[in-house]
Amino acid sequence: MPLTAERVEQRLRERFPGTAFERQVGEAVRDHTLVLPADQLVEVCTFLRDDPDMDFAMLAWMGGVDYLPRAPRFEAVYQLLSLSNALRFTLKVRVGEEQPRVPTVVGVWPTANWHERETYDFYGIEFTGHPDLTRILLPEDWVGWPLRKDSPLGYEEVAFTHNTPGRKVPSPALKKLAPKKVKYRAQ
Amino acid sequence: MTLNMGPQHPSTHGVLRVALELDGETILACKPIIGYLHTGMEKQAEYKTYTQSIPQTDRMDYISPLSNNLAFCLAAEKLLGIEPPARVQAIRVLLTELTRISSHAVWMGTHAIDIGALTVFWYTFREREKVLSIYDMVAGARMTASYFRVGGLSMDIPEGLLERCEKFVDEMPAHIDEYEKLLTKNPIWLARTRGVAPLSAKDAVAWGVTGPSLRGSGVNWDLRKAQPYSGYETYDFDVPLGSNGDAFDRYTVRVAEMRESTKIAKQAIRRVRELGEKGPYRVRDYKYVLPPREEVKTSMEALIHHFKIVAHGFFPPVGEAYAAVEAPKGELGFYFVSDGTPRPWRMKVRSPSFINLQALPIMVQGKLVADVIAAIGSIDIVLGEIDR
Repeated sequence: MPLTAERVEQRLRERFPGTAFERQVGEAVRDHTLVLPADQLVEVCTFLRDDPDMDFAMLAWMGGVDYLPRAPRFEAVYQLLSLSNALRFTLKVRVGEEQPRVPTVVGVWPTANWHERETYDFYGIEFTGHPDLTRILLPEDWVGWPLRKDSPLGYEEVAFTHNTPGRKVPSPALKKLAPKKVKYRAQ
Repeated sequence: MTLNMGPQHPSTHGVLRVALELDGETILACKPIIGYLHTGMEKQAEYKTYTQSIPQTDRMDYISPLSNNLAFCLAAEKLLGIEPPARVQAIRVLLTELTRISSHAVWMGTHAIDIGALTVFWYTFREREKVLSIYDMVAGARMTASYFRVGGLSMDIPEGLLERCEKFVDEMPAHIDEYEKLLTKNPIWLARTRGVAPLSAKDAVAWGVTGPSLRGSGVNWDLRKAQPYSGYETYDFDVPLGSNGDAFDRYTVRVAEMRESTKIAKQAIRRVRELGEKGPYRVRDYKYVLPPREEVKTSMEALIHHFKIVAHGFFPPVGEAYAAVEAPKGELGFYFVSDGTPRPWRMKVRSPSFINLQALPIMVQGKLVADVIAAIGSIDIVLGEIDR
């Protein structure tokens, strides 16, 4: 019988009875997603990797999401891939705005290294125990966390136009390119 | 000694910097430093409607724009819960397989230049140009095609396209023979690639390597077979595998993949013919997808839908979805989080080059500086996709 995501969830609940797993439900949550507390993450991932039935040998990707103004604000999303079962499974960890910290899974899958650096770079989520938690895509001296929702879309003045007569000063409104919230849908 | 390679170096396929810690010519440590091409595409996508983001995807892996379009559209379609008609899927398969051929051709030419074989480049770019002119024919642009749309295609295929594709795939195997004549048994090529930059199957999986680089290490994992999309399960093709996981195996896997792609493309052409050279090229779900032009001119309702989608974009349900395709470089996937508005709350790109490059240090550990060049070439990276 091929392994299914339901079976994986069931196994996890049996194996970690004290852990508060929460299946994410929603109108269009298309992948089987399980939310778990951050302190259990490494243990659960190690189990999923090492259990011969599960065999999640690969971490397909991980990334962050900012759900401002919701609390807890951030989510770290991990997508696991089992090559032998051709199955994907998504794990999520939620962290708050104050000192967002998640334990690193570099020890479980070395590929997590750059993913976690990227998430740190974009959201400022700190991965405790990470061997080299530095910025990866942005310059080292960058200030702020650009993919956070309260970080505005930037604007850069066109080079060599500072003394052009009649130049237009970029209006502060450009910095708030954020789309107007149109409510078409009852939340 | 610390040696700085790049960021402006012709062999780095963009602007990649590699810091090498050396003892003589032996590499003690290697650290890729990236981000020189970062343009914040994921951030920008949060301020654009889904359709507006499609041209952005062309610019990630600019060698294979249509594979990127496809991954984007599949993820958005998964979120919306729609599936394009079989004809559209066949056209998508045909064009993405041509994209794979052209991407591998560019890879082969540049990889060979990197390690000293200049001639191959002129041959492979000749065929690549033919694929680019096919893009030109369907989409009006040679490189940034943006041809696929969520729910279908931007327009129907033009007359004469299938004949042109057929001519191309019929001629291609002979051209691949030409490339192979230049390289496969060339002693210099063998010396520069065989046993160079080895990657064991276990390491490849642990480091998340996908695509031909993973299959070169002998791991049978191809999303077109393992988790089929766009009807790939109905096509007949093989998945070439390597055994040693060195640069030469990655080369043989890609060459064989080009041949397999011509096979798939042939089947796709036949299928498009069966389903009609003219026909539906979009889903008929006007809540999400633009109605055909003719209908807009005759039906009031279609006009309203057209106006709404163009003015606001479509409104996906609240939720999230991830879909991936077997792009020429590996697993390319998009992850969308939707809050019900026409703009994605979050778009995350799983770009294969970003992840494959991470395995570079373990490939070149203890090897020579010249092997770094061969290793970078053999994993086939595009910096536009790494830095996004």
